[in-house]
Amino acid sequence: MQVPASFEYERAESVPHALELLERYGEDARLVAGGHSLIPMMKLRLAQPDALIDINGLAELSHLGVDGDTLVIGALVRHAALLADEVVGTYFPIFHEAERVIADPVVRNRGTVGGSLCQADPSEDLSAAFAAVRAEAVILGPGGSRTVPIREFHVGPYETVVEPGEILTELRVPIRPGAGSAYEKVERRVGDWPVAAAGAYLRLDGGVIAEAGIGLTAVGAEHFTAPDAEAYLIGKAAEEAVLREAARIAAESCEPQADQRGPVDYKRHLAGELTYRALSRAAERSGS
Amino acid sequence: MRVSVTVNGQNYVREIEPRLLLVHFLRDELGLTGTHWGCDTSNCGVCVVQLDGVPVKSCTVLAVMADGHEVTTVEGLEKDGELDPVQQGFVQCHGLQCGFCTPGMLMTARWLLDRNPDPDEGEIREAISGQLCRCTGYENIVRSIRWAAEKEASV
Ligand code: FES
Ligand code: FES
Repeated sequence: MQVPASFEYERAESVPHALELLERYGEDARLVAGGHSLIPMMKLRLAQPDALIDINGLAELSHLGVDGDTLVIGALVRHAALLADEVVGTYFPIFHEAERVIADPVVRNRGTVGGSLCQADPSEDLSAAFAAVRAEAVILGPGGSRTVPIREFHVGPYETVVEPGEILTELRVPIRPGAGSAYEKVERRVGDWPVAAAGAYLRLDGGVIAEAGIGLTAVGAEHFTAPDAEAYLIGKAAEEAVLREAARIAAESCEPQADQRGPVDYKRHLAGELTYRALSRAAERSGS
Repeated sequence: MRVSVTVNGQNYVREIEPRLLLVHFLRDELGLTGTHWGCDTSNCGVCVVQLDGVPVKSCTVLAVMADGHEVTTVEGLEKDGELDPVQQGFVQCHGLQCGFCTPGMLMTARWLLDRNPDPDEGEIREAISGQLCRCTGYENIVRSIRWAAEKEASV
């Protein structure tokens, strides 16, 4: 039987209360929401926080909607809620396509968007999706809130810029009329982590690519993205040869590692092929 | 820590350690052993119960998180001495062999039909995709859930 080691449990009643609890318990406290990463790690003693601060009750972190020209996703939004939201699907099919292949429906009922990002697993799907659309993360601390581009959010495997004492409160995604997006993943079985996955975001203007975002996960892409491939696309027509070349550049920029999900060559091949497929579908979806 | 949890409509107050998992709270503290406990890693789905009407894997939820909330387990499906249509479906269509996965399958099936009374085979398979059955090959589980959908449509 796997059971976590003992810890103090506190239930946050509000966001300020959560901050106060974080301050009181210091570095060895962890926030818990869905708990689907943290609780398994605690069972295995890979994580052993002295205190858990439960933020499941904080409705103010569960908001999901459009604010002006920005899609705002509260950190506590469950995967299932993001997947069920029609507005999200209309503007950002990339999120629905990513969510459909994250874990399984029952896990998605509990796991949260913010929790997935803060866990910062190098194979996590939403990290690639948010990187592709250039989201911003809003982080609240004792001194107020700060906004961090998602491409600067992860500082390494299982590490983010969220400091002890801070809370990720929401993700903000700019909505650009006419942009298209898509997500492609290869997994060994339903609900597994990706062998490789790629997200793409394209906005065309006058028949050429005006804005390009590529997100990659599980393949050792720095900050879950491929900036050289993105830069290559700008100003070009979204035609097969161009997208193929961008995908090739993206694959080359990855540093996949061999593991039980596959060897390096295979993962790099997937990074290229999935980037190409995601770019093609994003192009189809974007109005010119 | 003192918790008050409503399980299958009945309120229970218990003094528990925060590290107690919901699955063990149900089985060991309340004696509701209908909820099974298998992989312990949120993979197999035998521990699925409904928390405020939504299926969750109770091996990955702390019992303290259910404080003040409502839990429904397989024991709560039967109403007035009559099995829930999903339970009847599993009986009629031979939806179980060893029965280990069954409680979790039933809880998810109930939730699926509450939201989507006429699911097709793909939707059923998607709904139970986080739950493993080592016996049936899933065919009869899918049929059982379809049977329940049709039964509910006919009344
Ligand atoms: S025991 Fe909970 S998912 Fe297997
Ligand atoms: S009936 Fe045996 S595991 Fe499903």
